[in-house]
This record gives sequence, structure tokens and C-alpha cells, in this order.
Amino acid sequence: MNNVQASVPDAVVVENLSQRFGRTEALNDVSLTIPQGTVFGLLGLNGAGKTTLLRHLLGLHQPRVGSVRVLGCSPITDREKVMRRIGYLSEEDSLPTWMRVRDLTGFCEAIYPRWDRAYAAELCEWFELSPDAKLRSLSKGGRARAGLIAAIAHKPDLLVLDEPGSGLDPIARDDILQAIIRTVSLEGRTVIFSSHLLDEVSRVCDQVAIMHQGKLIESMPMMAVDERYEEWILRSRDETITTQHARRDCPVEAGLGWHQEDGEWSLLVPRQSELSPTALPPEWQWIESRHVTLKRLFEAHVRAPRQSVTAEARDDQTSGREGATMETSS
Amino acid sequence: MQIHLSDDGVPLYQQVVQQIRHRILSGQLSGGDEMPAIRTLAERLRVNPNTIARAYRELEQAGLVEKRRTRGTFVSASPTSMSAKGKREAIEPAIDQLLVLSQGLGVDAKELSQWILRRDEELQRKRGESS
Repeated sequence: MNNVQASVPDAVVVENLSQRFGRTEALNDVSLTIPQGTVFGLLGLNGAGKTTLLRHLLGLHQPRVGSVRVLGCSPITDREKVMRRIGYLSEEDSLPTWMRVRDLTGFCEAIYPRWDRAYAAELCEWFELSPDAKLRSLSKGGRARAGLIAAIAHKPDLLVLDEPGSGLDPIARDDILQAIIRTVSLEGRTVIFSSHLLDEVSRVCDQVAIMHQGKLIESMPMMAVDERYEEWILRSRDETITTQHARRDCPVEAGLGWHQEDGEWSLLVPRQSELSPTALPPEWQWIESRHVTLKRLFEAHVRAPRQSVTAEARDDQTSGREGATMETSS
Repeated sequence: MQIHLSDDGVPLYQQVVQQIRHRILSGQLSGGDEMPAIRTLAERLRVNPNTIARAYRELEQAGLVEKRRTRGTFVSASPTSMSAKGKREAIEPAIDQLLVLSQGLGVDAKELSQWILRRDEELQRKRGESS
């Protein structure tokens, strides 16, 4: 619940981290800082590098280029110390299914010196999990809840969730969200989670970062999404115009995520810019301005990489008009 | 409180502010009523506690609620003591929407303001009739 202040120590510091797997560049010069007490949301398409980044925080990869500090320590050399203070839940259904719920909590109690037996029991009750139930017999949502108990009942300083809600029913996802809020409400605890469920991310996070093709392309406070951008809806009188031509002909150079439907265009415009919808050239009509959702911002970043489109717009004079389909289809 | 949050892009803290402000200004919450604790409301709405903290801060600045140290947040005794600036800020978004709509229809601001006055008279008359 801390406001982000200079005096708050950082839970995670990643500097210039790169990681290759063979020819694949999984992480490309990633730097990020997560202050203690933050709920940090990591967004990206499948294969964007989120899981690789999270695995670095858990000490499962050794940084060759760049560095990783978690709770003030190296997750490689101080692995045991760091892991005791971390809770982790992945999307995989990886619990040993032959165990009963009570075996799982007993096992965790043995590993974590700070395991809170009463809290674990309270969570079991809240999730309606019987301690006698075999993990195999539980539903996917039930096993996710059991995994969540294993991840949070030692009251970790850092909770790492890798797509915790994917494939779960809405009630199970809701339980996970509530657990995240509870965790961060306990003083100074930090949560980092990756997700595709953008509405959920925008509700619970105070900081969001967007990853694309191994790069961290934008990181900002959740509240800044709306302060930084607004969405304009415009109409072009030329109905055959393509994305590339729109970007060139409409003087909104800073516009992001051009997207067309039936002659109406949507784009994100930085609020700080000098642009005004009333100053558009006559071929362009302004329809309305809207608040920007995280989903819209995410699409703008991952659907239309800035450099490739501007490059196309610059050198493409002839073949232009069919090239827009990739970006405009939804 | 049955606060409803939509995911249409209006910042969540603003949605919370609007709905609590409405409850206070319309008298559903009255002076001295205790507001839910930040954590409680955050957990209930599944939102980040900072979102609720910011909403409460805005309501406090608008003079609608007051923090009593260690005891929580309470509805102000005289919530109408909102500053002129606060009132303007609360109304301005609705005015902007009206202006956009009327400009689109070719109605200038002067005509619009006359319509507002006329509508107000109508509504007052109706209220007079029904009471």
C-alpha cells in the first residue's frame, strides 16, 4: 500500500538483462525496477519473454548479460535465502497429484520457516478445500487454489505469479485476485504477475509493463495510462486509405496503434502533445475522444510495432494500399 | 457499498469517487457516517488499495470526507462546503460532453446555456407540482 517513493527499497532490480536460447533472443536488454509494496503486472503475447524474466527472478536461469537482484540479494548465489522469502505459482498444473491437501501444507511447513499454519488453515476453509482431499481429485480451479495456498501462506515478501488465472473459471480467478490484494495489503509485500487478462491487470496493478519480442517496451504506473494517452476516433473522407497512408497524411505523427474499421480510425495520442482534434486537415473529421483502456494500449504496442510501420510508410509509394490488413484486422 | 466498476477506460479511482460523491451529495450517506476501510473496500472490489486511497484523497480534498487519525474515514458534517473549484471540477466533464454534442449539432454555447436555464425551470415546475 505504499506510494512509490524514493525511500522505499526495491524488491526487484533487473539491469540490462539479455538471454538467448540458441538463436532465439528471449530477453533483449531488459531493465526494470519494482519498488516494495507494488503490484506489478507483466503483459505480453505468448513468447514475449515474460516467463523467462520471471524464471530469472527465481534463480532458475543464470544471467550471462546483465544482472538481477531480488529482495536485495542475488537469486543465484543466495538462492536458498531468496526462495524462502518468495511465493511462486505458475500456470502449469505442476503439484504432485498423489498428495493430499494436508500433505502439501505439511511439506511447505517443513520448507518455509515462516509458514503460518493458522493462515493456511484459514485459506483452506475460505477456498473450501478439505485437508483430506487428494490433489488428483480436485478440479483445475481447486488445484490452483491449493497451489495458491502453498505460494502465500508463508507470507512471502515477494509473490510471483506466472499467468495464474489462465484456463480457470471466473470464481477461481476472483479468489486469486483477492489473494493478490490481501498479500499486498500486508505491509510492504510485493506482487509481480504476468497475465493475458487485461481487465484484471488494470484493476489490481499499480505498475504495468509491456513486453514484446524479448524487449520491455513500456513500463508505467497504471494510473498513468489514462494520463499519458487518449484515444481519438477519426473519420477519413477517403475510404480506401490504408494504415500507412493514414499515418503519413494525417498529421498525428505521435499517434500509436492506428486501427481502421469502416472508414473510422482509432489511434492513441499522447496527452502532452500540442495536437488538438480541431486542428486536423479537412480530409479528417474528429468523432470523439475516449479514455484509453490497458487493452487498447497493449494492442497499440504489440500489433503495430512503431519502427516497421514508419519505415514502410517512408519507402513505400507504390504498392501501399493492400498492406493495411495485417494491422486492421482484429 | 455496492460500487460498480466498469472496464471502459474511465480510471477506476474516478469511478469510485463519482459513485461515493453521488451517495454523499444525494444524502444517502450523511455527515458522520463511517466509510469502509481502504483495505476492506479494495478487497471487496478486487482493486489495488492505492486506487481506493487515491479516491478517498480526492473526496477529502473536495471536502466530502475527512480522515480522523487512527479511526478511519468519515463523511464530512457539511459536505456542501465543497470549494467552488471542486464543484467546477466535478461538473466540468459533463459540460464538456454537452459542448461536444451541441457543437456537432450546430448549437452554439449561448443557445445551449439558454436551454439549460429553460430546462431547469421546467424541472423545478414539475418538482413543485409533485410535492
